[in-house]
Amino acid sequence: MPKRNGKAAPPAPETPTPMTGAQMVWEALVREGTRVVYGHPGGAILPTYDALSPYEAAGKIHHVLVRHEQCAAHMADGWARATGEVGVCIATSGPGATNLVTGLATAQMDSVPIVAITGQVPTNLLGTDAFQESDVVGVTAPVCKHNYLVTDVNDLPLILKEAFYIAREGRPGVVLIDICKDVQNATGLFRYDFEVDLPGFEPWPDVDKEVVRKAAELINRAERPLVLAGHGVQLAAMGRELLELVEKAEIPVVTTLLGTGNIPESHPLSLGMGGMHGEAYANRAVQGCDVLIAMGMRFDDRITGRLDSFAKQSKIIHFELDKAEVGKNIVPDLTVIGDLAETLPALLPLVEERRHQVWLQEIKEWETDTDQSDIINYEVDELIPPYVIRQLWHATHNAQNGPPIIVTDVGQHQMWECQYFTHDHLGQLLTSGGLGTMGFALPAAIGAQMAYPDRLVWAVAGDGGFQMTLQELAVIKQERDLPVKIAIINNGFLGMVRQWQQFFYDRRYTGTPVWSPDFVQLAAAYQIPGLAVTKPEEVVPAIEKANATPGPFLIDFRVKEEVNVYPMVPPGAAVDQLIRRPKPAVMQGYSGVQPSW
Amino acid sequence: MKYTLIAWMRDKPGVLSQVSGMMRRRNFNIDSLQVGHSEVAGISRMTFVVDGNERMVDQVIKQLRKLVDVTRVDNISEQPIVGREMALIRVSTNAENRSEIVQMVNIYRGEIVDVALDSMIVQIVGAEDRVASLIDLLDNFGILEMVRTGPVAMSRGRATHTHRRSTAVWRAQANGKNATASERFKTGGV
Repeated sequence: MPKRNGKAAPPAPETPTPMTGAQMVWEALVREGTRVVYGHPGGAILPTYDALSPYEAAGKIHHVLVRHEQCAAHMADGWARATGEVGVCIATSGPGATNLVTGLATAQMDSVPIVAITGQVPTNLLGTDAFQESDVVGVTAPVCKHNYLVTDVNDLPLILKEAFYIAREGRPGVVLIDICKDVQNATGLFRYDFEVDLPGFEPWPDVDKEVVRKAAELINRAERPLVLAGHGVQLAAMGRELLELVEKAEIPVVTTLLGTGNIPESHPLSLGMGGMHGEAYANRAVQGCDVLIAMGMRFDDRITGRLDSFAKQSKIIHFELDKAEVGKNIVPDLTVIGDLAETLPALLPLVEERRHQVWLQEIKEWETDTDQSDIINYEVDELIPPYVIRQLWHATHNAQNGPPIIVTDVGQHQMWECQYFTHDHLGQLLTSGGLGTMGFALPAAIGAQMAYPDRLVWAVAGDGGFQMTLQELAVIKQERDLPVKIAIINNGFLGMVRQWQQFFYDRRYTGTPVWSPDFVQLAAAYQIPGLAVTKPEEVVPAIEKANATPGPFLIDFRVKEEVNVYPMVPPGAAVDQLIRRPKPAVMQGYSGVQPSW
Repeated sequence: MKYTLIAWMRDKPGVLSQVSGMMRRRNFNIDSLQVGHSEVAGISRMTFVVDGNERMVDQVIKQLRKLVDVTRVDNISEQPIVGREMALIRVSTNAENRSEIVQMVNIYRGEIVDVALDSMIVQIVGAEDRVASLIDLLDNFGILEMVRTGPVAMSRGRATHTHRRSTAVWRAQANGKNATASERFKTGGV
């Protein structure tokens, strides 16, 4: 876990050692505890790659060769999400660096700590449109927490240290270091005993105890309280404290997409995910509560729906680390600034033990009013995706070596995963929430699997998203058969887009039908075993076979084509104005059911 | 409403583009932006005028503070301030109206800094409205060319804050210049 108190003890003084800029990079990485870097070499980063060999030979750092730089960032991202440590990726100048951008933006939107290192043309060629030159600092600035262009080797040690510090401390994010080729070759003095002193960087703002007391007062007075918990709970590792709080005061919990698993989803107080594809009762609870306790979340439009009708009758308390998130979308009635790891333990003793049976009963009634339970249990004669996901849960949730890590892509299968997989542990679901990057699943799963070689890691992707990054199957092989399991929810469409076209564009399916190769044969070409599944009764045996296979395994679930994600809040509507889930019988032979309610 | 903000930032390449890039990305409208050195070496001072509502300005300030190289942001819109801007105006003249223009410029406590047969350059330093009103007047004679700096501002009364030195200190150490504390303070560390 990152240090949560402002400054670390001053490091022991160190005698400066002469070394090249390239060596400095690896030396600093080793000191920061980096064990794996994901990257792709090229002309402008070659000196740094050359200096890697002694570190790799000594087993200090392992380099993973990716097939596309975007996936280097995603793998570092998967690693960082799984471990909470800083992920590191490396690329060359020009196209290498611009290829990174999507991956970096994905990580930055979801507050994932990454340090990206890119090569740049030599200083004397800067700005001349030299071969493979691009303004990387300019291009990446909007998707980074901070970035640097290094033109003097003597600046490099400090910049490396600052970069890791900035990426890790406070709300995590992406820091990019663009190093000119001549700087990598130049020799300077290396030391790493700096105390990072950035007057403009306030990672851990002070907690105002008085505000925490006021928050407790509001919570104690509430009759219909609700916690809306986001990614911040996980970043602060406060799952247990949150559970303690909500059990003490009997407060139901709705999570955001990235807050999935903040409290065990099988817990009676968990209402699961809210927002656009949240359950109707979760969204009604948000709209019907009298005190909304938002923790470590940023009121994304996917969770709030129409802003001016969001939680109208409730007082909103916003627990937040990043001051800039307060008042950005929703103006809260009370703001508790500070690290949740400080504010939540401070809040706990001040909150009284309460019971809210009337409120919970009301939610319960809403809950039985929807149809989730039917879908989870019912018998199917066609292969529908929610069933596949539910069976995936059945077949994996008791996995050895800890709870399975599910890494999803973006789209329908991602939402089904949230709805039908029961996440009982923090950090069980890794997904691209903010940016919604298709192609995230496979590379991020590789990163997560490398972080936890013994745990069961499933990449769940759609047929569209999988084809965006499927070249990384080669990495699975090259890294000695990483045991990543891959489930492709193959419905022959860019499903979520198709669903929008069905609802809002009169079923004109332009650009959404997807032709796919035979994924099993494709996997075979990469020497990865696979299975195609077309019938419901084949689902569990296939998943069990994958789990039992020591190395990677791919399953192509050829599911029914036009199945929709329900419920759905249409964009721009209030979160309780949603399109409900049709009855299962309708869902099977689905043919354009009109939205009800 | 117009708001005046002051931001201090590390004086290094790319900071200005970081600030302006953030403003563009967040869809904030800047009326004017002026940047120059501050009393601390290594720290630049930027004066913004932004047009918008209170909530937007609140966001501007928070997002500015979030930039690592921005060390401090003050909103001085509500305080009594001294705000000045400078303009150079090349106005078209002839023998008949030259003295009239000179009179007007004198009333506005401006200066004639260059004279040619058919034009002259007027310099004016003052509050934004005074500059604007002189420009309006001179417009009647035909303005050939003009440059305005946009306002710089400082709050009146006692100074309430001192500025921390920058990380440039550490840069100096990284460069092997083991300067003493007072030396570092004097130079801002560079």
